[in-house]
Amino acid sequence: MIHASLKTLRAALDSRKISSVELSRLFLERIARLNPTLNAFITVDAEKTLAAAKAADLRIAAGNTGPLTGIPLAQKDIFCARGWRTTCGSRMLENFIAPYDAAVVERLEQDAGMVPLGKANMDEFAMGSSNETSYFGPVCNPWDTTRVPGGSSGGSAAAVAAFLAPVATGTDTGGSIRQPSALCGLTGIKPTYGVVSRYGMIAFASSLDQGGVIARCAEDCALVLCAMAGFDERDSTSLERPAEDYGRDLGASIKGLRIGLPREFFREGADAGVMAAVQEAIAVYRGLGAEIVEVTLPNAHLAVPAYYVIAPAEASSNLSRFDGVRYGHRAPEYADLDSMYCKSRAQGFGAEVKRRILIGAYVLSHGYYDAYYLQAQRIRRLIAGDFAEAFKACDAILGPTSPTTAFRQGEKSADPVGMYLSDIYTIAVNLAGLPGLSIPCGFDARGLPIGLQLIGNCFDEARLLNVAHAYQQATDWHLRRPAIAA
Amino acid sequence: MPLTLPEVERIAQLARLEIGKEEAEIARRQLNDILGLIEAMQAVDTAGIEPMSHAVDVVQRLRADAVTHRDADGKLRDLYQAGAPEAEAGLYLVPRVVE
Repeated sequence: MIHASLKTLRAALDSRKISSVELSRLFLERIARLNPTLNAFITVDAEKTLAAAKAADLRIAAGNTGPLTGIPLAQKDIFCARGWRTTCGSRMLENFIAPYDAAVVERLEQDAGMVPLGKANMDEFAMGSSNETSYFGPVCNPWDTTRVPGGSSGGSAAAVAAFLAPVATGTDTGGSIRQPSALCGLTGIKPTYGVVSRYGMIAFASSLDQGGVIARCAEDCALVLCAMAGFDERDSTSLERPAEDYGRDLGASIKGLRIGLPREFFREGADAGVMAAVQEAIAVYRGLGAEIVEVTLPNAHLAVPAYYVIAPAEASSNLSRFDGVRYGHRAPEYADLDSMYCKSRAQGFGAEVKRRILIGAYVLSHGYYDAYYLQAQRIRRLIAGDFAEAFKACDAILGPTSPTTAFRQGEKSADPVGMYLSDIYTIAVNLAGLPGLSIPCGFDARGLPIGLQLIGNCFDEARLLNVAHAYQQATDWHLRRPAIAA
Repeated sequence: MPLTLPEVERIAQLARLEIGKEEAEIARRQLNDILGLIEAMQAVDTAGIEPMSHAVDVVQRLRADAVTHRDADGKLRDLYQAGAPEAEAGLYLVPRVVE
């Protein structure tokens, strides 16, 4: 049962083969057994989980059932969940009990009836690509526990890959859903900016942050995205669009679909093993009748530089709220108000978060604002324009998700810039606000999973999910399991 | 122009982050590495290009300037203040700023 797809779980719950309480117990037992090794969860609260499962069972008994009622999930610890400790991977929020639910939690748990298994580990304030910046310790990749799961949604990805949860929520500011999905052999989607409400999702870089799903296949992603997405007036950038069935295209033929290969993604930079798997995936798509065309994203090389101005600038502003006054860590000793701020923040934030706050404060400071911040925003428009141009010639863009497979714990932690380059293929998508997903497309010589990235035009989630689904009907990479979950 | 140590200390003060000498020196090196990465932007001619401040070009939604929530008995306030490091009688306590 723990290996079942969401559709199979639905059928099992509906036919009373298993109750939500029994199903939740199965996952809680696995978490109790494997979390000490993997550290995928920061907080587990079996009592709360089982109470939610019991409520779901009552709903099922009453026939008040949606597609996800009674199905357990892992919530990234960036989403406020009333009564749950919500840390965002930071000492700053080590003892923070959220007083309200994020929109994503409301929709998935209260409305859809999903059952929270716990709060998944993550890079501190979602800043990182390896999950090593978490105050609660690194997460291990279930495929090789000496390696990182990727980040920032590393706990979410490790939980799903090790079958500690059937599905998980994530957030993606520069690749934080797609890169860990790639490194853990999973399917993860970041929708178009504004599709999933940011209400109650702790802010990192507000013009880039977007919630999404990490699952085992495109079909499961579609199901959860349907329940997660939707207009929310409490998020000022939530888009007022009619509700969509993101699974509506699943199963449609992709014959004649134009898949664009950006020249810049195939030039250099990625490992040979990664590129070989991507080339094989292209051959699969050709076999399915897709038309492969070359496109160009001439400003792609500027995405990482522009991102490391824009994201830290927004972060330095967003994180100014952590002042040790209203919530969060307060230093035990201080001389006056100013020293209370400075000490509380210095103690509460880890090294990577501080680095980004400093960069952000610098690029926004007097005399540098135009040269850095405005220049980055102009480049952002160039990058968005490149995609708009490319989508005139193709329906979806394909390339690697990450230049490498999972790297060793500690390998890049002393080299921030080297770590930032883990996201060279994913960052441009956030800058342009487009939907992107990653699907497993093979393994390298060490047996580590490789991710294939598919990028769609704005609001093309349904088509994108079908492009992924078509591949998953023709291949079985997404069904492979790490030894830890055999 | 690479950042100097006093500049790093000034930025840290602007960001209200206490920083020791040793930490500032590490930060100086790492920030300069990051600024080196960012430097690639400077060679690009962006004259006439409108800065893109958001992922999607939408107009900020406005709402009526009216009260939407009431908390007459202070219950919500108490809930939100429950996580405060120091609060009393509905107020957040901080070190004295006015003598």
